Amino acid sequence: MSSSDTLLKHIEDLLVTHRRGFLKSAGLLAVSLGVFGASAIEGAEVPSSNPAGSRGPYRDPDFHQIDSWIVVHEDNTATFYVGTTDPGQGTGTCFRQLMSDELDIAFDKTTCIMGSTDITVDQVGSGGSYALERNSWPMRRVAAEARRVLLEMASKHLGAPVDQLAVNDAVITVKADTSKRVTYGELIAGKKFNVALTGSNINRITGQAKTKSNPELKYGGQSFQRDDIPPKVDGSLKWAVDVKLPGMVHARNVKPPFACAKLTGIDESSVKSLPGFIKVVSKGNYVAVVCEREEQAIRAARQLKTTWQKPKTAPFPASEDLFNYMRTAAPVEIPASPGESEPTSESRHAVEADSGLRSHAPQHAASADSGIHVPSSKPPAARNPQMRAPVSGPMVVGNPDTAFSGAAKIIEAEYEIPFQGHTAFAGAHALADPSNGQMTVYTNDMKSYSMRRGIATFLGMPHDSVRVVWMMGPQGFGRSAAEDAAFEAAWIARQIGRPVRMQWMREEESAWDTKGPAFLVKMRGALDGAGNLVAYDFHARSCDHNHVGYNEPDSVLIAQLMGIRRAKPAAGSAAMPSDMYAIPNRKMVGEVVGLPMLWETPLRTGNLRDPNGPQPTFAAESFIDEAAAAAKTDPLEFRLKMLKAGTHDDAAFRRARSIAVLEAAAKIYGWDARPSPKRIGKEDILTGRGMAYSFRGNTVVAEIAEVEVNRQTGHVWAKRLVCAHDCGFVVNPVSLRHTVECCMLHGLSRAICEEVRFDTEKVTSRDWFSYQTLRHVDVPERIDIVLVNGDPKPDRPDLPPYGAGEASLKPTLAAIANAIFDATGVRIRRVPFRQERVLAALKAAGV
Amino acid sequence: MSKIELKVNGRSHTLDVEPDTPLLYILRNDLDLRGPRFGCGLGQCGACKVIINGAAVFSCITPVSSVKDEVTTLEGLSQNGRLDPLQQAWIDEQAPQCGFCQNGQIITAKALLDKNPHPTDAEIREAMNGTLCRCMSYFRVQSAIKRAMKTRADGSSADATEVVA
Repeated sequence: MSSSDTLLKHIEDLLVTHRRGFLKSAGLLAVSLGVFGASAIEGAEVPSSNPAGSRGPYRDPDFHQIDSWIVVHEDNTATFYVGTTDPGQGTGTCFRQLMSDELDIAFDKTTCIMGSTDITVDQVGSGGSYALERNSWPMRRVAAEARRVLLEMASKHLGAPVDQLAVNDAVITVKADTSKRVTYGELIAGKKFNVALTGSNINRITGQAKTKSNPELKYGGQSFQRDDIPPKVDGSLKWAVDVKLPGMVHARNVKPPFACAKLTGIDESSVKSLPGFIKVVSKGNYVAVVCEREEQAIRAARQLKTTWQKPKTAPFPASEDLFNYMRTAAPVEIPASPGESEPTSESRHAVEADSGLRSHAPQHAASADSGIHVPSSKPPAARNPQMRAPVSGPMVVGNPDTAFSGAAKIIEAEYEIPFQGHTAFAGAHALADPSNGQMTVYTNDMKSYSMRRGIATFLGMPHDSVRVVWMMGPQGFGRSAAEDAAFEAAWIARQIGRPVRMQWMREEESAWDTKGPAFLVKMRGALDGAGNLVAYDFHARSCDHNHVGYNEPDSVLIAQLMGIRRAKPAAGSAAMPSDMYAIPNRKMVGEVVGLPMLWETPLRTGNLRDPNGPQPTFAAESFIDEAAAAAKTDPLEFRLKMLKAGTHDDAAFRRARSIAVLEAAAKIYGWDARPSPKRIGKEDILTGRGMAYSFRGNTVVAEIAEVEVNRQTGHVWAKRLVCAHDCGFVVNPVSLRHTVECCMLHGLSRAICEEVRFDTEKVTSRDWFSYQTLRHVDVPERIDIVLVNGDPKPDRPDLPPYGAGEASLKPTLAAIANAIFDATGVRIRRVPFRQERVLAALKAAGV
Repeated sequence: MSKIELKVNGRSHTLDVEPDTPLLYILRNDLDLRGPRFGCGLGQCGACKVIINGAAVFSCITPVSSVKDEVTTLEGLSQNGRLDPLQQAWIDEQAPQCGFCQNGQIITAKALLDKNPHPTDAEIREAMNGTLCRCMSYFRVQSAIKRAMKTRADGSSADATEVVA
């Protein structure tokens, strides 16, 4: 029997055991989510935060109580309740590793329940790559405190002082006489800890106990199989799409055929006689049909006759005219004070807690020596006030104008990155149950807590009447349409009084989900006579005005279609590059432009994995490569020279670690030091290598791509990818490697495939052919991931874990573009590098 | 509505449904299976795939009335409680990220290896190409297929390297 079988069986047994243990216990109340016939965690017993059970109201679990986080069962097993979600990177397993370590219990005697608002504390959910960097710390401190309390209980029970006791796998023994022993399960024996923690907010929550150092961890740092994978491959996992409730019905949207269209009529008779038809629901420009069965709802939504009025002027330019539009559009006025653009107090909580996603302003450090404040060595929470600035710049270091006027050589380039979509693998979906005057929403959205608040506000219900049950689903790469579908399901469920399952169809998902903003970046650089980059001008424009936040009741799509408008659209943001190069003179400007119409449009922008990272990094790291080529210098040497020219470092040693990842990537690749491009031969297949580097927060990444470019077709194949990745302490190496690999391939997909296309009234990328993504044939034949774990100098303290769910996407686009240049001598400055575009560029250059 | 006979994973069912209903919704909503899933409804992504007559078929565009042969879903791959070598390889390789597409990946790979037990790398890529993954687990999936090819040939389960538990 494999370990994963053991694990599954164990969880099954554990949950049954919980029930048994529970019934015997006076301290814990039986609350099963399965009351209405469906549950994310069927059979699981939960902490006592909601004694009224699944009928509501649903009070917030008190994060100041150990009991809200950890339940130790009589059979000496434990369940962890955490307020995060795992969209597929294995963080749930990592939480178990770390909490098992701190509690001192065997990993295989634990299980972890995530993200259901009535039974798990509010840690926001997931986002910002904060799972281990931020969210794991309160979990660890609480588990350490539970261990401390159990040791005190054992001290009384065994009649020995705490310092005479030892703990191993949840068994406490007297050091001098190991026959004297007691288990955690025996000590707690169905009672509650009833121990209050301190800390003004959940990220500061703590007890008296100290957490373990990295070397003291037994499970943290080891490769464990992810506990969610076996049920994902044998078909047993219950996903959010699988929840079924008695009396449940199916809804499908009827989207406007054009952006910003006004609904002028609904002919209900066109669907009334269809089998299973229940109702057309509509308000403002929002329309949906409800039927008994799923296929009936799909048919009725297609067949419903509606009439719409187009807007008088085009809501946006066609995609081929987008960059011309962005060049000439007036930038959005920047709010006087940071954060002014954040619209509602409802959304603020989520935005603040996740601010790393919204703005990279503090990471725009020109260099450690630049004189620009580099605050990123602090924990993310401390950076928040500055991260709220929606648009940053101009940021000036040194005297760029003087440096440019005295330059030996000036180079200029402009880069274009189109809108790219979430295009989640399945249509957005949710099930909303209005039973008992409450609202339960089953969703895969990664931010269940803000969804609860958002839906309560949207429906005008008390917050404690709403609960959100998080379950697995397709992706979780930011602000996806999963949120829109959940609000829609809940609103319709209120209208018809039955549980409603909403799912978007493919064309809705591809056309109407939120998009990562398009960027236009102009860059200019000055080289001195020795080929040093002495001045650097970065000017970014993002098309990001009215960027929607998480679960905002006044920006979610159904609210927009119903005519709800916030006072002021969110300003959006334009990020700057994240590097540690010592360039003595820099000017960096980030501006935001908006499309002509901002509401009820399928070109809504929202956070998409590393929301503002790949675009400026593509420009900046391509440009560094252009500068190296202009200086006729090896691109690795050129980068290292600028990193080594710095003399100071920050508290996370990012400059030293930047050097380390570049050198590690070059070593594993077998970097051939020479200027780019290489000599272009006569063969049909041209090969080249390129590199790029960046950081996201304190995670530092260098990547090298080796590409083959077919000069006859323009087709680009990334034959080999190398990633040297440093996210500090690695909790689960195998899990991290796969996350980094897939994240980098996501970058490859965005480099060579992905672009949202539209005409002047609608998105025309509506399926997997018109919105291309990476496929099996595009995958490299070799991928090397090097985990450069921590600071290279041994005398420095352990680094904590930093985020790893997004960083390796960031440099990939530039690494590919730089490799294409190396192979062909042709610089592709427009994403994606589709073969027709590359071929045209090769032909234009006479290659 | 009309009576439809359907055999799935060794069990026969009689259903009273519209004959043009896509097989996917019958499997999911009437037979309560979770392996095949809605991804696109257009036969483009593979999330809905099932095996019929040895072929990986898009159940989202297959009318239930057209199905005359037994349907095997992801749930039907394991025999006597023992995972198919492909499923075990998926665990050993830790292939999925979110995992939502993996039904299609495993079913397509199963149909491939049953027809061609020793495909070349190029044949694997070609056969799998219509099966999409938005988390980009492709490299892992291809590694898992190669691992399963070995275990099917050896009749033994190759131990996962790297993983301690």
